[in-house]
Amino acid sequence: MSERQIQLEVLRYNPETDSEPRFQTYSVPCEAEWVVLDALNYVKDHLDTTLSYRWSCHMAVCGSCGMMINGEPTLSCKAFLRDYPDTIRVEPLVHFPIERDLVTVIDDFMEKLNRVKPYLIPKEARTIAEGEYRQSPAELKRFKQYTLCINCMLCYSACPEYGLIPDFIGPAAIALAHRYNSDSRDGGREQRQQVIATKEGVWECSFVGACSEVCPKHVDPAAALQQVKIASTVDWYKEHLMPWGKS
Amino acid sequence: MAKSNKPIVWGLFAAGGTLTAFFLPALIVLTLLAALGYVPDLLAYENMRAFAEHWFGKLVLFVIVSLSLWHAAHRLRITLHDFGFRSDTLIASAVYLVAALGTIAAIVYLLRI
Repeated sequence: MSERQIQLEVLRYNPETDSEPRFQTYSVPCEAEWVVLDALNYVKDHLDTTLSYRWSCHMAVCGSCGMMINGEPTLSCKAFLRDYPDTIRVEPLVHFPIERDLVTVIDDFMEKLNRVKPYLIPKEARTIAEGEYRQSPAELKRFKQYTLCINCMLCYSACPEYGLIPDFIGPAAIALAHRYNSDSRDGGREQRQQVIATKEGVWECSFVGACSEVCPKHVDPAAALQQVKIASTVDWYKEHLMPWGKS
Repeated sequence: MAKSNKPIVWGLFAAGGTLTAFFLPALIVLTLLAALGYVPDLLAYENMRAFAEHWFGKLVLFVIVSLSLWHAAHRLRITLHDFGFRSDTLIASAVYLVAALGTIAAIVYLLRI
């Protein structure tokens, strides 16, 4: 196996002792097929046990290990070293406060995610005896792509609007609201529209599209947001020009 | 939180964008053809004039001209925002005013034909 010496420049910050973040460089002997997360695990196991970062599955499913790798929001378990130069800079996801080292405070996202009610609100309650909520493959296809979100928050780091306007509900949460709004079994759209058809909701999006570029699961949140804009525009015209059509 | 009224301008922007996506390339090709001296008979002055004199022709021209203006106005507003100009109220007022004036001008000129 070929080995490669990588210089890992890692942002360190300990709120108890540091007044501001600093970079610490580790020289890591890496195997050719490693990802950046493997290199961080090597540091933690062999060089510096005080380094803090989140990770769990190592296979782009859990969404925990998002970091800025050479300035780009990336899952460190998907960032193969063969695609990077010998010096790699690793920082916590931008637009989030740092809790410690590469660990960010994600309360803002969790609160927004909660606010858009990202769960099925059944159109009509069914008893168990009445059986399951049925759905055709065509109805599933309308939103399946948006179910693939793993809440990794790379899109929030990539989004310049979220960096500029922290109140913006942001790509993943709105895309997930759209996922449930598009579900034929769901009846909660009006409740979610109260949250996402607002200025801080979808209308803060200027369609930069960076969210879709960094999304590791190809959810394409930018497309979801544009679809929300179209649907909200149709709503607006219905509510204001055809008030008699409102139920 | 109240629902936003942005759909007013965004609706015009989206409709205008859909139209210009189809018409702008055709206009560029036709303009180039005309510049090179090839004016198809269908686009000769008399034919275009007759088209603009008919009420349906007026309606088509009005929809294309005005929606393209609203599209351009909103596009410019967002582009300026992306370039770092943050005085959104001023910019929005200015670009939409131009689009509104253009819309009125289109009505006036089309009715005069």
